[in-house]
Amino acid sequence: MENKDIYDDISSIKNIMERSTKFISLAGLSGVMAGIYALIGAGIAYMIIPKYSVYAEGSDGYTANRAGLDIVLFGVAAAVLALSIGTAILLSARKARRQQQTIWNQSSKSLANAGLWPLFTGGCFAFILYLQHHYGTIAPTCLVFYGLALVSASKYTYGDVKWLGLLEIILGLLSLMQPGYGLYFWAFGFGVLHILYGTIMYFKYDRVNIK
Amino acid sequence: MLTLNNFDKAFENRIRLQVMSVLVANESYDFNSLKELLATTDGNLASHLKALEKEEYISVNKSFLGRKPNTKYKATEKGTSAFKKHLDALENLIKQQKG
Repeated sequence: MENKDIYDDISSIKNIMERSTKFISLAGLSGVMAGIYALIGAGIAYMIIPKYSVYAEGSDGYTANRAGLDIVLFGVAAAVLALSIGTAILLSARKARRQQQTIWNQSSKSLANAGLWPLFTGGCFAFILYLQHHYGTIAPTCLVFYGLALVSASKYTYGDVKWLGLLEIILGLLSLMQPGYGLYFWAFGFGVLHILYGTIMYFKYDRVNIK
Repeated sequence: MLTLNNFDKAFENRIRLQVMSVLVANESYDFNSLKELLATTDGNLASHLKALEKEEYISVNKSFLGRKPNTKYKATEKGTSAFKKHLDALENLIKQQKG
């Protein structure tokens, strides 16, 4: 057995083990786009929230006209989510094609299975908070559960995802300690962090592959 | 070279070695995913899987997903330990050559 053969064998073992367990078609640019959508969404929310504030007689001051505001905010959040997921699937499918892989394979199924349960739980949790009128804790809840989903899913994709997840969790907990600033924390976590993360991932993994 | 005796004949082929790597790293893997991952043809992959099956290094589980056949492969205990032995042999050979 030639020396070169041994090294080739070992590197092919390492490469195939990694590729068989990890979904590596996740596109960095989809993170950047998700961040931009989130910032636009947060900007819209920031502008419309004062418009729905009404002076309530007998109360301490201004309270929001909840029913109207909720519908608009819910629509904005749903649009941000749908656009982010749609862009991620589109860009990742393109990247997968370039790598001669399909987007729905064994590793992406594991990824979805690991990430969707914390995410689904978080969604239910946030909705229950909304029903119970705990509006102030919804943004921190989104950040914490999204972070947990990322940490859990990171086993099946780039390890860097774990760091993004941990940052989201820390940010969520900080947000919980600062009532009233949920929107700012939310914008930072889903907007700024996504853009930073996506940019780093793009330069670290995607650009090299394109060459 | 004496160490050559420790090399497993079943892993002399690159595809077989790669198949075993995938099955050791994952609980199970299906035929089509293996084919995609290793960028090989149906016939080529099937013949190598047969060979590994004959050695009892992998086990096969055939089922149907709707109308499509879905064949899943798993590494057996015998296969996993043979694979580890093979890796050890590779490691030893490298050590020998360095020293």
